[in-house]
Amino acid sequence: MAVRIIAEKCKGCQKCVKNCPFTAITMQEKLAVIGPGCTNCGACIDECPFGAIEKADDGARGVDISLYRDVWVFAEQRDGALMNVSVELLGEGAKLAGEIGCKLCAVLCGENAGGLIDELFEYGADKVYYADAPELKSYNTDAYTKVIYQAIVKYKPEIVLLGATHVGRDLGPCLAVQCGTGLTADCTKLDIDPEDKKLMQTRPAFGGNLMATILCPNHRPQMSTVRPGVMEKPKRRPGAKGERVDLAVSFKDGEIRERVLEVVKGLTEQVSLTDAKIIVSGGAGLGGPDGFGLIKQLADRLGGVVGASRATVDSGWIDHSHQVGQTGTTVKPQIYFACGISGAIQHLAGMQNSGYIVAINKNENAPIFEVADYGIVGDLYKVIPAILEVLG
Amino acid sequence: MKIIVCAKQVPDTNEVKIDPVKGTLIREGVPSILNPDDANALEEALALKEKYPGTTVSVISMGPPQANYMLRECLALGADDAYLLSSRAFGGADTCATSTTIAAGIRKLGGCDIILAGRQAIDGDTAQVGPQTAQRLGFPSVTYVQKIREIKEKSVVVERQLEDGYEVIEVQIPCLLTAVKELNEPRYMSVKSIEDAYKKEITVWGESDVSLAPEDCGLKASPTQVFRSFTPPPKGRGEMLSGTVPEMASALIAKLTEKHAL
Repeated sequence: MAVRIIAEKCKGCQKCVKNCPFTAITMQEKLAVIGPGCTNCGACIDECPFGAIEKADDGARGVDISLYRDVWVFAEQRDGALMNVSVELLGEGAKLAGEIGCKLCAVLCGENAGGLIDELFEYGADKVYYADAPELKSYNTDAYTKVIYQAIVKYKPEIVLLGATHVGRDLGPCLAVQCGTGLTADCTKLDIDPEDKKLMQTRPAFGGNLMATILCPNHRPQMSTVRPGVMEKPKRRPGAKGERVDLAVSFKDGEIRERVLEVVKGLTEQVSLTDAKIIVSGGAGLGGPDGFGLIKQLADRLGGVVGASRATVDSGWIDHSHQVGQTGTTVKPQIYFACGISGAIQHLAGMQNSGYIVAINKNENAPIFEVADYGIVGDLYKVIPAILEVLG
Repeated sequence: MKIIVCAKQVPDTNEVKIDPVKGTLIREGVPSILNPDDANALEEALALKEKYPGTTVSVISMGPPQANYMLRECLALGADDAYLLSSRAFGGADTCATSTTIAAGIRKLGGCDIILAGRQAIDGDTAQVGPQTAQRLGFPSVTYVQKIREIKEKSVVVERQLEDGYEVIEVQIPCLLTAVKELNEPRYMSVKSIEDAYKKEITVWGESDVSLAPEDCGLKASPTQVFRSFTPPPKGRGEMLSGTVPEMASALIAKLTEKHAL
């Protein structure tokens, strides 16, 4: 579906030029011309007062989509434990499978990781595809890509979901190219079109300034990575059972071209922002690295963890693992305290779905107050000690 | 050693503001920049060039003609040559189609030993074009590279960033690596280097120059399509607490307790 200008209707008003989020439209001899920057987002179509812009089907190629069935979730394990995001995806996958009327399946790779199969059934998988080999013990791009690609070719899922972890965001693109299909990164919302049962994948773009709903109409599987912490975890049903399918695995010499020599864990303090119920975050308003001492005091008192804005991480005040936002971690705690954070769009994109947002900032016009449930205009060095006093 | 850096010109999303009345993006005056992660990729290539004599660094990009400003900046930073893949046929490309085009450009350059790309671009944040380009070229890839430890004759040893640490990976050459900002601190241009950059040519290639048919590029070769895009609805301002600092602190805790959040 390409966006096109209908030359006869275009009056040269330039409204589309001003409203194109990608500055892809230019004027040439009083006629709007769509340039190569166009992403077909369609924002201009609604803006045109003369109905001179349309989306036209240009007969894209694809595959016979009727051959593809079932929703697959990549069950990512590290050190033999299932990643939280994979469990969240089973919850979301069950919803999608229910709307389509198909099975929910998990695909698991590991070495002696069969113990996780029951856990996958208990979190809702109807079927688990399992590949067991020493080469699959921990994530390896070539090995995982080969095994899962072969399984996709053989069993033809219509949807494949992966967590947008450092692993899922590495595996997803490789699988998509092998399968000749599309991949939508970092989705925050997935829906099934009630009419044609296609997957509608919604994701933030442009630093969270714009949301885009993406379709993969003519290729299969429809693949998405989904940000950790966005979807709800399903309830575990102890004793639930399903079907186990073992995948044949064999590797030729030289087929795996990367080798993990060593894994170095937790050089920095373990921060689990995605699982935190309460997050206390500090921003540039702290004035320096020492300010995080006070942030930590409040976090500790509430049983929460310390978050940080990009500005503080870029200034070297705190490790990147604490960063909340578009380029950091997306979080959804019950309470999010934003202390001395002005509220850049990148930051808001990563925390605005929190249960309650408390903003403490000296500047009453700071954008953070626009998303806050409770706002306090004041010096965080006075406000936080006062809160600690109330908490006793 | 022959190194190719993949770079993208992006709008500086830090500078994007929302129109408070209409709720739409204000694009006017937003500068275009070299994508930050790509700057780290280029810096690493330039550092390797200094360390290993005889190394060449080429920069390749796909984008509209204006992207030559960004490529000019790459030359001024020290790249040897720059190539821009630019054609109407490339328009509307998703990551899948973009990687086909970039891979074709790299083939036209005769391949290389190491491709360095940024982890992701700040306008799309997909992190897909790097590894997808590697797949199309048949190269192994390592994403999220935070350190290049050692270059051996037939392999590279790198650190790959994880959420809770990192792993040390040895990968065969030729390969593609994607850079995170922890990899290095990009250098600045000098006046002299900017002057020199303007003496160099930027080569512009269309689809036929890199042996692609128009239907293998851009929108026509893109499995994903944007169905619609919209500005996320603002959540709306909540309650501003008032009074003295101790009063506001008490009110806050009382309200959070009342909502069973605490």
